[in-house]
Amino acid sequence: MQFFVLAVTLVVLTGIGFFFGRSHALSSVSGRARNLHSLPDYYGWYLALWCGLPSFGLFLLWVLAEPYLIDVLVINQMSAVLPDKWAGSSDLILNLVQSLAAGHTVPGEATPALQEAADHYNALKKTSFAGLAAAMASLVAAGLAWGLRQITPGLRARNQVEKVLRWLLVASATIAVLTTIGIILSLLFETIRFFQLTPFWDFLFGLSWSPQTSIRTDQVGSSGEFGAIPLFTGTLLVTFIAMAVAVPIGLMSAIYMADYASPKIRNIAKPMLEVLAGIPTVVYGFFAALTVGPFLRDVGMATGLEVSSESALAAGGVMGIMIIPFISSLSDDIIAAVPQSLRDGSLALGATRSETVRSVVLPAALPGVISACLLGVSRAIGETMIVVMAAGLAAKLTANPLESVTTVTVQIVTLLVGDQEFDSAKTLAAFALGLVLFAVTLVLNLVALRVVQKFREQYD
Amino acid sequence: MGKQETNVVDVRTPRVSIAIPQGEKGDNGQAGAAKEKPLKMRTQGVNVFYGDNQALSEIDLDIRENEVTALIGPSGCGKSTYLRCLNRMNDTIEGCQVEGTVTLDGENIYDRTVDVVHLRARIGMVFQKPNPFPKSIYDNVAYGPRIHGLVSSQDALNEIVMTSLTKAGLLDEVRNRLHEPGTGLSGGQQQRLCIARAIAVNPEVILMDEPCSALDPIATARIEELIDELRKNYTIIIVTHNMQQAARVSQRTAFFHLGVLVEFGDTERVFTSPRDERTQGYITGRFG
Repeated sequence: MQFFVLAVTLVVLTGIGFFFGRSHALSSVSGRARNLHSLPDYYGWYLALWCGLPSFGLFLLWVLAEPYLIDVLVINQMSAVLPDKWAGSSDLILNLVQSLAAGHTVPGEATPALQEAADHYNALKKTSFAGLAAAMASLVAAGLAWGLRQITPGLRARNQVEKVLRWLLVASATIAVLTTIGIILSLLFETIRFFQLTPFWDFLFGLSWSPQTSIRTDQVGSSGEFGAIPLFTGTLLVTFIAMAVAVPIGLMSAIYMADYASPKIRNIAKPMLEVLAGIPTVVYGFFAALTVGPFLRDVGMATGLEVSSESALAAGGVMGIMIIPFISSLSDDIIAAVPQSLRDGSLALGATRSETVRSVVLPAALPGVISACLLGVSRAIGETMIVVMAAGLAAKLTANPLESVTTVTVQIVTLLVGDQEFDSAKTLAAFALGLVLFAVTLVLNLVALRVVQKFREQYD
Repeated sequence: MGKQETNVVDVRTPRVSIAIPQGEKGDNGQAGAAKEKPLKMRTQGVNVFYGDNQALSEIDLDIRENEVTALIGPSGCGKSTYLRCLNRMNDTIEGCQVEGTVTLDGENIYDRTVDVVHLRARIGMVFQKPNPFPKSIYDNVAYGPRIHGLVSSQDALNEIVMTSLTKAGLLDEVRNRLHEPGTGLSGGQQQRLCIARAIAVNPEVILMDEPCSALDPIATARIEELIDELRKNYTIIIVTHNMQQAARVSQRTAFFHLGVLVEFGDTERVFTSPRDERTQGYITGRFG
């Protein structure tokens, strides 16, 4: 809350800096803006940046470093007075001190030493905040003074502001990239830890998945097996069913919209199809679990087939419906991009519309259509909610779409849900699965992008 | 303008119906049989609308067999629209409406009973920009015969492809790369490939919509030679912006202006002694 006040104050000051800079620049040429090197607004931005940026940087640094610094100070102060049995568990102590400082009750008794530490903690926080506020105020003042001195009619404020903007953009891009790298690295390190507990080949090629590990050594029968093959076959099966639904329907509706429908119908039908993409997957999930699954089971009962109420068919079918708009929308764009002259050429030879589509338009659009399908596949592989709700949990090695199967994503969810220690093979397995999943979808997306690029070059 | 138009009709009508030759047609000396060739296509009272815009009004034009008819006129005068009426390619354009009658061998092609697909097999078309399919040269030419089931054996198909490429004067250049993509040819070769593709289905009439406007002068000269050659077997209607081209390749010329057929007659006559001052203005380069 205090930090929020600080941030708002900084924004307000920066705004004031803007108007100050603008009017200062104008008054320096006695109101004749033509005599300035840049537009008056740029002088405003120039001063605003001088006011705001340095103290904003300080603010960021402080927010990042402060908790760590305070923790170190508190621990140092306490280590002198703490009894020996607490030695080495500073994390626990810090937790206690922090909750005490925040006014919560702590388990057990609040010893005087703890209470004292909590007070100390609060005092440090107060000092830190006051220090930060003072430092920021002086930075703003210094920036204001320095910027004002710099503003002369000849100052190239426009170019300077442009330079700062460029670095702001670079910073944003860097944050996005670094975050991605961070996620990959954390996946990678946890995966390496997992492979220290379970052999790599057992994971990749093992045929049995039962991720129960014992908590105590005297427990029996739960040593845990981490063979991922049943999960991958499950994922493949569901993905295959989903694509078997999505590709024909999506492609044909794309052909209809691009080649057959009048513009009026297309303008209505395309957004309607895209609405499908806006339905939350959890809604698809309970549609699959509560409507499609039981329906398939009833049909199975009537026809004498054994259909489990959570089946790969139900999950895959509904997932296919979810993917239709991706395929149809992308393919529609690609098919519409095939030059009209090719269609005319074929029609003028006396080909019918469907012959034209089949032998000229589709072959020309094929690379793009394939990449649309690949993007659909990577969505199907990564989809979680529908399979969690409708595909089942048992890791069976089967190719029968009427049985329940489990997928990689479902297992990641079940491995990480609930109270878990974060260093058992069971939880670490989730990271290994996640990494494999990431690798597969990454490769699929890269291939799809490459194909699309090639396709673009063909007609440009 | 209305007065001039009636004037034109007066001039033209007797030539068509009574067929009194004026003894011209001196081009190449060979066409000097001085007899009117039999009628192939005839349009009467054709009006074309794009939505509320009238693009063509009351076009009456007769196309004779084994002749090249050139349609000239400034951009936007409706000559391409007229050409597209002749094989009903305007059907594919949203909001385009055609009135009047267009006959092919006496049969109205806008009749309800006419199969457009069949019609377009009889009237081939070559477009302004070469548009070979992204397939091999062979498959480009074989496309039409295949979809119309013209052949039953691979040998017969081979023969059609070879003859069509020969007729289009392209075979010698592509003999060794029949299975390479047609899009890899040069612009002029692509256009000849499109002509080969059109004649592979053995049409009776070939429509050409500015077939040389995207080509260099040498490629243009080859296509013009080809058109003159093709005239022996096909009836050709060509839209062109290039008046020298119209004069070189055609036996008859129709001048369109602002959606109206201003003048129609033997090419030599139209170019040497135009009867309408608009034609005169256009061919002498005063406007257009």
